[in-house]
Amino acid sequence: MSKILEKEFFSKNVVKIVLEAPEIAKSRKPGHFVIIRIDAKGERIPLTIAWADEKKGTITLVVQKVGVTSAKLSKLNTGDEIMDVVGPLGQATHIEKVGTVLCAGGGVGVAPMLPIVDGLKKAGNRVITILAARSKDLIILEDQMRGISDEVIVMTDDGSYGKQGLVTAGMEEVIHREKVDLCFTIGPAIMMKFASLTTKKYNIPTMASLNTIMVDGTGMCGACRVSVGGKTRFVCVDGPEFDAHQVDFDEMLTRLGAYKDQEFEAYQKYLQTVEA
Amino acid sequence: MENIADYLKAERSQEWRAELRKSMKAKERTSLERVKMLEEDPNVRNKNIIEVNKGLTPEMAIVESHRCLDCPDPTCISGCPVGINIPKFIKKIETKDFLGAAVTLKETNALPAVCGRVCPQEKQCELSCFYTQKLKKSPIAIGHLERFAADWERNSGKMSIPKTEKHNKIKVGVVGSGPSGLAAAGDLAKYGYDVTVFEALHEVGGVLKYGIPEFRLPNELVDIEIETMRQMGIKFHTNFIVGKTASFDDLKAEGFQAFFVGSGAGLPRFMDIPGENLNGIFSSNEYLTRINLMHASNDEYDTPVISGKHVAVIGGGNTAMDSVRTAKRLGAEKAMIIYRRSETEMPARNEEIKHAKEEGIIFMNLHSPTEYYGDEKGRVKQMKVQKMELGEPDASGRRRPIPIESSEFIVDADTVVVSVGVSPNPLIPKALKNLKVTDWGTIVVNPDTMQSSVPEIFAGGDIVRGGATVILAMGDGRKAAAGMHKYIQEKITAN
Repeated sequence: MSKILEKEFFSKNVVKIVLEAPEIAKSRKPGHFVIIRIDAKGERIPLTIAWADEKKGTITLVVQKVGVTSAKLSKLNTGDEIMDVVGPLGQATHIEKVGTVLCAGGGVGVAPMLPIVDGLKKAGNRVITILAARSKDLIILEDQMRGISDEVIVMTDDGSYGKQGLVTAGMEEVIHREKVDLCFTIGPAIMMKFASLTTKKYNIPTMASLNTIMVDGTGMCGACRVSVGGKTRFVCVDGPEFDAHQVDFDEMLTRLGAYKDQEFEAYQKYLQTVEA
Repeated sequence: MENIADYLKAERSQEWRAELRKSMKAKERTSLERVKMLEEDPNVRNKNIIEVNKGLTPEMAIVESHRCLDCPDPTCISGCPVGINIPKFIKKIETKDFLGAAVTLKETNALPAVCGRVCPQEKQCELSCFYTQKLKKSPIAIGHLERFAADWERNSGKMSIPKTEKHNKIKVGVVGSGPSGLAAAGDLAKYGYDVTVFEALHEVGGVLKYGIPEFRLPNELVDIEIETMRQMGIKFHTNFIVGKTASFDDLKAEGFQAFFVGSGAGLPRFMDIPGENLNGIFSSNEYLTRINLMHASNDEYDTPVISGKHVAVIGGGNTAMDSVRTAKRLGAEKAMIIYRRSETEMPARNEEIKHAKEEGIIFMNLHSPTEYYGDEKGRVKQMKVQKMELGEPDASGRRRPIPIESSEFIVDADTVVVSVGVSPNPLIPKALKNLKVTDWGTIVVNPDTMQSSVPEIFAGGDIVRGGATVILAMGDGRKAAAGMHKYIQEKITAN
């Protein structure tokens, strides 16, 4: 059992949850994720840790409402408990001083980017962060990112905030302006695919943090497998970060859609029960 | 081992046993027919998850127990990885002391109701039974009797809690709550240690829960055996990954003196053939975990599973049989085993193969997939399989399968379960830099004590063997518990 200590909506569909998890808060590093299960009938889903406070013994997760589990999660309130939280899982981000690092975050992918930006900055890098989303209300953690980045560029698809355009337009702008030594990208798979294609053109080493379907999350089931450099790798134990230029994003996108019909049906059913 | 032989001899010479032996002539005993397990009707059971084997009635168990000759040299025991005093528990059944039989089982076996169901007795105790070896007759149904006694005790509501030594307040950790971990925990508690079992998943039981299906081993029954262990004072900590949630050093700082690592099977193996990452292609671990642990086939649960009309399961082991029989129960019109050797070489238990056939499973032996094809949505729809023939025996002693040129053809399959083995779980080896592991990723141990290259760490089960049975894992757990006990006691004496 893990108690929700704080809850805040960033927008209608994006919620921040601060959970009591002292052991995980102590041992987690940037890049790590947890698996949660809300209740006895819930599914196990992976969520990358956005932030942790070792002293308070808390971890912070940012979740976007996309299906039954995330909707159930967003309905829980401060004081409620989540049945299972396990972690930290995966390999921590490899952080070192390389020079200038471009961090491109899309949607809720900005949340797990936060500790990576923080780590990169503390390691002595110049960090340029791009926050991208469809519209203004989906831009999250801007103040926190401004506090730890050398520069923040905001991009929205509809131009409702910052510059109008996709994340890749912001990336191109920076790449044309100055030398970028390394890039990180976290966000929806389709966004990471194009972010990766962009840096590939300029031969900029790029890491992507993948958010595949998982069941156990501990290297047992293989649900999370992806092709990296033509080889099958497991996101839960080999990742979640991989060399983006080697990742087969098209296969990953197909695999993410494996349960699309069932998920849609379950969500509709859930919405009916909630409204009823 | 000499004292065990003496102990068995002393037990055997007790008056009640001697009397019992005299009560019936050996010839009469050997003339009795081996009991047949009651089974659910194949065409009923292949549509639900009720247990296939229904157990023995008390009358059947008593008759079967009379067959046992209570041999002066009980070779059956040497065939048991956990060293159950087999003649003693069977003779308890003969005297109708069913609860006494269960107590006898629990002297050395933490999970008798489990072992009575899933042990390959035909390759162990029953293989070394006097009937098999010398009389060339069907062996005593030791497995069925074990199950009978354990079930009787559970249903009686008078579960015995195994005796433990005086609590010594020394903390020991067990990593993983599968068969090896539970066996180690049980023995460590009996020695008097303060035992904590750390489990990564949200439920205790490991493969007994996520792997073996309900129709072969009901989860409820595993929970009851675990409850007995809780009553012995064993603590269970779920959602805790040693090496991640806390390191071994963190736990040592909390006072843990030694650890047993039974972290089990890890990464599923795939065949590395084109199309293997299409949707609808699973490892058996994923397929079974979704259904057994996450209850995906029950609408009330949130976890989904894909299980189609034409399901192909690749492999010939018990896990493959579990997967294919599960697929049938989830409504597959065609549930197929695709295995590259012949039935003779199949690693699955004969009972599982027999049950699968009765339930309408199609066996495509001497075939192997070479490629998968998907539909426009990326879901598997067909597979190419190649015919095989058998050559000379390979390192495993089984005849090597050889592909037959130009023999490929297409088979429809909208779901594929790949059950060709697993690699050891990488979490522990990754967490301990100085732990010696093999090229395969299994932990290297001293086979007598199960001690690893890190003195306070012992290991057993699949993380050492790479892939084995419940009972071999339990045997490792027991041996490791003895090794840990000796290690800790010597350390105390040295200080």
